[in-house]
Amino acid sequence: MSPAARLWLARALVWIGAATPLALLIERTLNGRLGANPIEFLERDLGDWSLRFLLLSLALTPLRSLSGWTWPLKLRRTVGLWAYAYICLHFAVYIVFDLNILEPARALAQLAEDLVKRLYITVGFAAWLFLLPLAITSTDGWQRRLKRKWKTLHRLIYPAAVLGVLHYVWLVKKDLREPLLYAAILAVLLLWRWPWPKVRGAILRARPTPTAPASDQTLR
Amino acid sequence: MLIRVSPQHPIKPSEITPESVHADRRQFLARMGLAGAGLALAGCSEAKPPQPSVSAAAGPEAALPALDVKKKTEMAGNEKLTPYDDVTHYNNYYEFGTDKADPARNAGTLRTRPWTVAIDGECEAPGQFDLDTLIKPHALEERIYRLRCVEAWSMVIPWVGFPLADLLKRFKPNSRAKFVQFYSLADAAQMPMIKRGVLPYPYREGLRIDEAMHPLAFMVVGLYGKVLPNQNGAPIRLMTPWKYGFKSAKSIVRIRFTETQPETTWNAIGAAEYGFYGNVNPEVDHPRWSQASERRLGELFRKPTLPFNGYPEVAPLYAGMDLRRYY
Repeated sequence: MSPAARLWLARALVWIGAATPLALLIERTLNGRLGANPIEFLERDLGDWSLRFLLLSLALTPLRSLSGWTWPLKLRRTVGLWAYAYICLHFAVYIVFDLNILEPARALAQLAEDLVKRLYITVGFAAWLFLLPLAITSTDGWQRRLKRKWKTLHRLIYPAAVLGVLHYVWLVKKDLREPLLYAAILAVLLLWRWPWPKVRGAILRARPTPTAPASDQTLR
Repeated sequence: MLIRVSPQHPIKPSEITPESVHADRRQFLARMGLAGAGLALAGCSEAKPPQPSVSAAAGPEAALPALDVKKKTEMAGNEKLTPYDDVTHYNNYYEFGTDKADPARNAGTLRTRPWTVAIDGECEAPGQFDLDTLIKPHALEERIYRLRCVEAWSMVIPWVGFPLADLLKRFKPNSRAKFVQFYSLADAAQMPMIKRGVLPYPYREGLRIDEAMHPLAFMVVGLYGKVLPNQNGAPIRLMTPWKYGFKSAKSIVRIRFTETQPETTWNAIGAAEYGFYGNVNPEVDHPRWSQASERRLGELFRKPTLPFNGYPEVAPLYAGMDLRRYY
């Protein structure tokens, strides 16, 4: 298979994989299978998938350097945009049902109160806000126009991911196992990017097929 | 015993949506979802009509025996009952798992007979009592109460049981009995999630003696006219409808009268978030979320939370107390 065909296939798989949870959620909604608290179910499920795709988008760079494959980097935009789609849907459920969009004035006051008083909402909102310019500037055109600044701007993904995981940690009542699992995965993905060339170099050299240069300057 | 009902309840029958208008939640959601799907998949084939959910009759609880209920009192402003299926499949019972669906899945291992309740502490007639002996002298009644969880969701449930005061008086609490403490069962063999140690077990709760003696405080042995399902705290649990749900200990094995304020589980692990009193109060937020409104299961939008969960008759118990301090 040609590299172009392989990339096309990989993209198609990402689309199928990313759309499946949403399709399942729509199926549950249509069939009334969202449990006793449907709004909470929607919020939780959309939130879970937001974090999962966000972490997956951050895992593609380490995957590229560990495997030597280049296709993971080409999937980052697709995965990242899907993560943002889930975040937007998650946020929309909160706005529509938690704040009650039918009463916009009260909803706005409530949003302001939540942003000031509830730290988990503050950080969740901040994460959404950090990712907004990244989604807007995700096109080839913006990438060209911003040149080097594009890369700097897109480093906002790191604080956004940290805030997203914090959002989850802070809203859980007691059982922290799941949010801490996300936190642990995020920590590994972020530490991988830490500039400790010796450690990383050793890991990369230990690979059986050293196809990628050990210190790849294009890695983020 | 006189329990005044409707005049004190702030929700007037006229404010309640007539049943004919009140569309079934699942159908409503289905339609809502249909609209959403229509936008997303414009032009795609027609979506399936909503299928009826698994009805209560199909579940294992269907086999639970009916109880002989002598009297029925509606004490939730004639609000629509939360369906049996939701009441029994959306539970906080950490001994069987922290997910709301876990207790219904896992509580089958709980053995509710034989069951002994130990009564001790500051009383004249302590002892170990077989549950059936304990319940026998009491005429069972049904009370429809609102249940407000500290997590800001709520239900309306027809409980079956008897007044807590009637039970406690039998053990002749003495003058030093200022508080009552309730212990839930903590048996790792029957409760598999105990070893995860999310909470310190046994689960303990407590009331001031005057709270415990209030006519609204209810000892529950059933719901919807049938024996209490395991996941709802079988075989015997507390229900204090003006307090957050965590105050109402499940599967009680010990009742202790104490002179000093007893330790209670959530208060012990997070005093800033969970007070000893745990009274429903829209004015005092949980440090991490608002208590001003709640989601009634079955309704799409949140509704305002009422002081004392809409049971103002308990207010005299707290006359002169700063409820921001004693939350």
